[in-house]
Amino acid sequence: MNEPIGSGSLLEISDVEVEYKARGRGPVRAVAGVSLEVAPGQIVGLVGESGCGKSSLARVAVGLAAPSAGTIRFAGQPVTPLRWRRRPGPEVGLQMVFQNPYASLNPRRTIGAQLLDGVPDTVTGAARRGRVLDLLDRVGMPAEAAQRYPHQFSGGQRQRLAIARALAPEPRMIIADEPVTALDASSQAQVVNLLVGLVRDLDMGMLFISHDLSLVHEIADVTAVMYLGRIVETAPTRQLWSTPRHPYSQALIDAVPQISAHPQLPRTLAGEVPDPAHAPAGCRFRPRCPHAFGPCGEQPPTLDLGGRSAACWLNDPTVAPAAVPAA
Amino acid sequence: MKPLLDVDSLAVTLPGPTGPLPILHDVSFSVGEGELVGIAGESGCGKSLTAQTLLGLLPAGAKVTGSARFDGTELLGLDARRWQKVRGAGIAMVFQDPTAALHPMLTVGRQLTEHMRVHLGMDRRAADRRAVELLDQVRIPDPERAVRAYPHQFSGGMRQRAAIAIALAARPRLLIADEPTTALDVTVQAGILALLDRLRAETGLAVAFITHDLGVLSALTTRGYVFYAGRVVETGPTGALLTAPRHPYTAALLGARPHGTQAVGTLRPIPGGPPAPGQAPPGCPFQPRCGYAEPSCGTAPPPLSSAGPDRSVACVVRPHLEVAA
Repeated sequence: MNEPIGSGSLLEISDVEVEYKARGRGPVRAVAGVSLEVAPGQIVGLVGESGCGKSSLARVAVGLAAPSAGTIRFAGQPVTPLRWRRRPGPEVGLQMVFQNPYASLNPRRTIGAQLLDGVPDTVTGAARRGRVLDLLDRVGMPAEAAQRYPHQFSGGQRQRLAIARALAPEPRMIIADEPVTALDASSQAQVVNLLVGLVRDLDMGMLFISHDLSLVHEIADVTAVMYLGRIVETAPTRQLWSTPRHPYSQALIDAVPQISAHPQLPRTLAGEVPDPAHAPAGCRFRPRCPHAFGPCGEQPPTLDLGGRSAACWLNDPTVAPAAVPAA
Repeated sequence: MKPLLDVDSLAVTLPGPTGPLPILHDVSFSVGEGELVGIAGESGCGKSLTAQTLLGLLPAGAKVTGSARFDGTELLGLDARRWQKVRGAGIAMVFQDPTAALHPMLTVGRQLTEHMRVHLGMDRRAADRRAVELLDQVRIPDPERAVRAYPHQFSGGMRQRAAIAIALAARPRLLIADEPTTALDVTVQAGILALLDRLRAETGLAVAFITHDLGVLSALTTRGYVFYAGRVVETGPTGALLTAPRHPYTAALLGARPHGTQAVGTLRPIPGGPPAPGQAPPGCPFQPRCGYAEPSCGTAPPPLSSAGPDRSVACVVRPHLEVAA
């Protein structure tokens, strides 16, 4: 349990690329060089529109697929793609919660049997059964749930059971890919509060992937914004919201409808997300960006802005015009 | 002025495995000409069934009472031929999942012109021209090419805009939109909301927008209804409804939602879940989950009664506490 952790982070994603090859089409680079870190007890939110590569990154980060370039390290050790084999011991500490609890639980086995699968081999005899009850209790489900089948639960309850399954092997890090998107507002709040509580109580790390910006704002310590395979901005969540330094982050924030006594329509962003097989040269957001100017024909470097970073030429005082837009 | 759509005391009962299941109870609402009206609530609260009733799409064996008048015509009890006239040209609908609403093997153009030829009696050339105009109107890039495309060649947001274009093809006066942006990204959602608002301003289209997202309700609509367990529990001008809710359920829904402005970790879930159809408690349906419940809440469902200008609320406890405070 106590391997040395390089540089204090639990999950380290460095320069990861994911490429898909399809017939009759050039290779599609769904993830084009992403670096991200998650520390113990930290929730990192990853937001972006559909097709931006969030889920491809999640699958690679948890070891379900191999990156075409770059490395993933969990607790200092490289994560190796699984294929048809058992997850090696130390990597069991890295678990995933999927979007659809209807698909991630086996419909033909009881909840108890599925939870038992995950309980570590070091727990033996009657203690294993006790562990199952602890897990159910932790996610706010009654002990009777162990004897039932997934179809006997509502969507929100199923997602809590899927979380219990992810917790069974005592993970240190959870990757949650759109865990509440399929749920109603009130069960969304229940599941989100449960996940946040677990991270705080058990000092786990969590990568929380969602297209719902306001939800990420509510729970993440750090938010990373992804666009077309790249992370365009990373910042402590509140700073990102109050002073976004990338025009795409600003556009996402402006598009969230707000409740007010004098309502107004959310601001719209021009254009569509381009096909990643034909990503624009230079800055990938340029064709939709209201601030695009000369230097944007070249890919902007990710600039360190003191505790946060953004990949936009506007933040580079040597090329940017005097008027600073975002913020 | 008479509203375009006037639903009064609508009740719907569906056949269930163990007997009839009451789904909608005493639902009344109206949509004026060129008005954007919102209907909010969790899944299973009867929002979608209300839409199905207004399009004559209820399953066999459904029992409907009450009244739903569209432009002066009573809809309930129409025969199949007269329903055909109302659907498309009078009331049109947009669904949550555009992939399921579009035919995968017909071009978008073909799906657009079908309605115009049936409802408006247009010839092929005029219909083709209008198909291009409609796609342009919903801001689909390169509409001349897009009419020849198949739905799978579009992105999710473009598909939903195409579905809206198809719904608008026969020039309906009322559009019922059932969670049309729930599956879409916020940026795409913003575009669809702007589109609906523009159509209202330009063509006088009335929209009944069904959603569980109160932010969308606030941004788009001027008047809103909150549904719970098949009843309207609160209604009023959207701004007032969402900034000063009177019903504990409306307030609880607002609390469960990310605020975007407050400290980390402030989501307040509503305990429990909504009752299954036919299993609502005898009194107020929200009573088992309500923080304000009193013994009197268990006797009969509270009626919707006036609570200030243009507002009504079906609660006997909380509105009075507010006034007293």
